Amino acid sequence: MDLAVIWFLIEGALLIGYAILDGFDLGVGILHPFVPADDRERRIAINSIGPLWDGNEVWLVTFGGVLFAAFPGAYATVFSGFYTAFMLLLAALIFRAVSMEFRSKVQHHHWRRFWDWSFFGGSAVATFLFGVAVGNGMLGMPLDKAGNFTGVLLDQLSPYTLLVGLMTVALFAMHGGLFLYLKTEGDFQERLRDWMWRSWGIFLVTYMLTTIYTLVLVPRATANFEHWPVAAIVVVVNVLAVANIPRALHWGRPGQAFVSSCVVIASLVMLFGLALFPNLVTASNEAAHSVTVFSAASSPKTLGIMLIIALIGMPFVLAYTGIVYWTFRGKVRLDEHSY
Amino acid sequence: MDVVLLSRLQFAFTIGFHYIFPLLTIGMGVVMVYLEVQHLRTGDPLFETAARFWTRIFALNFAIGVATGIVMEFQFGTNWAVYSRFVGDVFGSALAAEGIFAFFLESGFLALLVFGWDRISPRMHVFATLMVALGSVFSSIWIVVANSWQQTPAGHHIVPVMRDGQQLIIDGTPVLRAEIVDFWALVFNPSTVQRLVHVWIGAFILGTFFVMSISAWYLLKGRHVEFAKKSFSGALLFATIASLAALASGHFQSKNVYHWQPAKLAAFEGHYESGPAAMSLFGVPDDSTETVRFNIAIPGGLSFLVHEDFSYPVVGLDRFRPEDRPPVLVSFASYHIMIGLGMTFIGLTLVASFLLWRSRLFTSRWLLWIFVFAVGGALIANELGWVAAEVGRQPWSVYPPLAWTADGDLVTGHSGRVEYDETLGLRTRDAVSPSIDRSQVMGSLIGFGFIYLGLLAVWLYVLDQKIRHGPDPVGPASRRDDGLLAAAARRADHTESLTGSEGSG
Repeated sequence: MDLAVIWFLIEGALLIGYAILDGFDLGVGILHPFVPADDRERRIAINSIGPLWDGNEVWLVTFGGVLFAAFPGAYATVFSGFYTAFMLLLAALIFRAVSMEFRSKVQHHHWRRFWDWSFFGGSAVATFLFGVAVGNGMLGMPLDKAGNFTGVLLDQLSPYTLLVGLMTVALFAMHGGLFLYLKTEGDFQERLRDWMWRSWGIFLVTYMLTTIYTLVLVPRATANFEHWPVAAIVVVVNVLAVANIPRALHWGRPGQAFVSSCVVIASLVMLFGLALFPNLVTASNEAAHSVTVFSAASSPKTLGIMLIIALIGMPFVLAYTGIVYWTFRGKVRLDEHSY
Repeated sequence: MDVVLLSRLQFAFTIGFHYIFPLLTIGMGVVMVYLEVQHLRTGDPLFETAARFWTRIFALNFAIGVATGIVMEFQFGTNWAVYSRFVGDVFGSALAAEGIFAFFLESGFLALLVFGWDRISPRMHVFATLMVALGSVFSSIWIVVANSWQQTPAGHHIVPVMRDGQQLIIDGTPVLRAEIVDFWALVFNPSTVQRLVHVWIGAFILGTFFVMSISAWYLLKGRHVEFAKKSFSGALLFATIASLAALASGHFQSKNVYHWQPAKLAAFEGHYESGPAAMSLFGVPDDSTETVRFNIAIPGGLSFLVHEDFSYPVVGLDRFRPEDRPPVLVSFASYHIMIGLGMTFIGLTLVASFLLWRSRLFTSRWLLWIFVFAVGGALIANELGWVAAEVGRQPWSVYPPLAWTADGDLVTGHSGRVEYDETLGLRTRDAVSPSIDRSQVMGSLIGFGFIYLGLLAVWLYVLDQKIRHGPDPVGPASRRDDGLLAAAARRADHTESLTGSEGSG
């Protein structure tokens, strides 16, 4: 297989890893003002992701670094083209990260409320922008011959991209709710049950609207299924996983519901990849200007070196991730050291 | 201000702010490994008290480092798209390696280090601390490799970009990019090792001065005295060695800079006219007259520095066309202030070490007061080192090669000035993203300005709270030594925040 295609798949795997892992901690942030009833519950929510969010975010950083190294053409086009959106995203991620740290340090009502809202705002805005970015990726954008974005900022805020943004917020809220359900108990856990149903419902509506909208608006989204009919498995798995969440919740199997939610996220990222390939950034004005896996790739030598780096490094990464999740398994308990 | 200048300011501002935190991480990491190993070796609970206290501050710094570090990872693409396309094959690999080898290691073991005190065995905890310290060092390796490649590129070749089997030509010019030829030559390019050593020494100086600053404050206030003495003495040992090493490393670096980037060294020293060169101790370079005003200099000093000969001719800025010269005033000032501060650190640490040996250090209140504030100088010296390195690199993003004759003179064109092959380098002004405009960058720069100033204020506030709170004593019957069952019973219900908190609820 072409090295560039292998790297496209690795980028996909990194994006799946990021979306599943940071997805639940972003989701915990989105639910933060709504579910926890008092300061103690808010602390439980934050402490459920306390040791995990930092490592989760490294998946995004590595995704960016690998995009730079393996597909510099796409890295340059995407980041400079979405300049304003990315600056907002960075601001949101900064606020989110420091809110958790700073919140607990001062026991003053207004101080804590400020960081609570900043934690929610950062999480919600970041998630929404990820969705908007995916929406724009589906639609494509006007590019010149060198691959530079030639449109204006408002082009990036069409109804379709906003819809995908909303769907992502609902998806991560549901995912975060399921995660939190596994980490809590008692009254708090009971109230989460309603929110899991609610966010699943909102997700289902936006998911169906997005599907219809995509089929109508983005014909190339399904073009690859003609080349590889076997890819239809992803669609089937995706739908089954969405349907399995209420089933698992109904039968009282939250673990299974969480795994299903992970599968939903993974399969949606795969569908995104299938819609794009072989493009990384589709030029909406002139097909020949599209930034593709092949035109944006680094030299075969570099891709080969990077593959060695990844093969050496990734087993370690999975080992650290495993150790950390194992060490911090189980329900959250608070004591004088918690956030 | 145009997009290029605004983007440069934004990059300088965001990296300058971010850089505080990884430096502290690297510098304090070493101190913490030392404290934990001492505790494991001697069983003295004071070492554990100290390690736990520094862990909290370490974690606070780490969190801000992560938050501001993501900005750096993406900023090449947002503001420097042409640069990213030109160097991605080479430079991107180093960044990706940093993510895979360093960031995962750091973030994974940080969780164990901060939240794992009562969940993992003491030995495992020392191991986690060591891994976090190692991760921060790995991170510095790859980022310095990437930056050094910009300064002294090696292990690559410049080739035309192909599109569907044809050369990509835009506006009549073929598009070029750098590709790796020899990965290890790229990694060990001519300046990597020297610059890396200098960066590490700088980090040790900052980390140890940070620890000494807080310890000195406790000693002056008469609080946590035993803890502060232990922390101060341990840090002072490393700080003294690091301050002396910085001088030696800086010296060898100057010679290397002269060989690969003579325009940069000439700007550092305000050396306009080729010939035997003095070493300026103080002055204000003036481009209009091409002289250094108010100059206090050691005659022949620079000649001696680069050739060990006081009368050896040193290449000056006159060998470079005006558009190929770095801004002299900023380069000169940042370089000189850094060296002045470095000399001060040597003096301070030697005096403190002497007084420690005479058992008079902890009663010398004047010196302790100096140490409370000296950490600011250590930070400034580190930042200015990078200002000198990066401003001195201008006007290039990727430095083009130049050649020396056998008798130690620069190869120049007919004009007597260096004629760079522009296709082998990349000018900063050509590297910026074409798709962004002034108002976008102005907006993001102002946004970062507000956010970072706010972060700085909150960071200092929380730091102040932590320091006022002080270390929590750990009894001699350390909670971790009371057997497997008790530890297992506690395991499931313990959570610590990244930095601990003031009370609960």
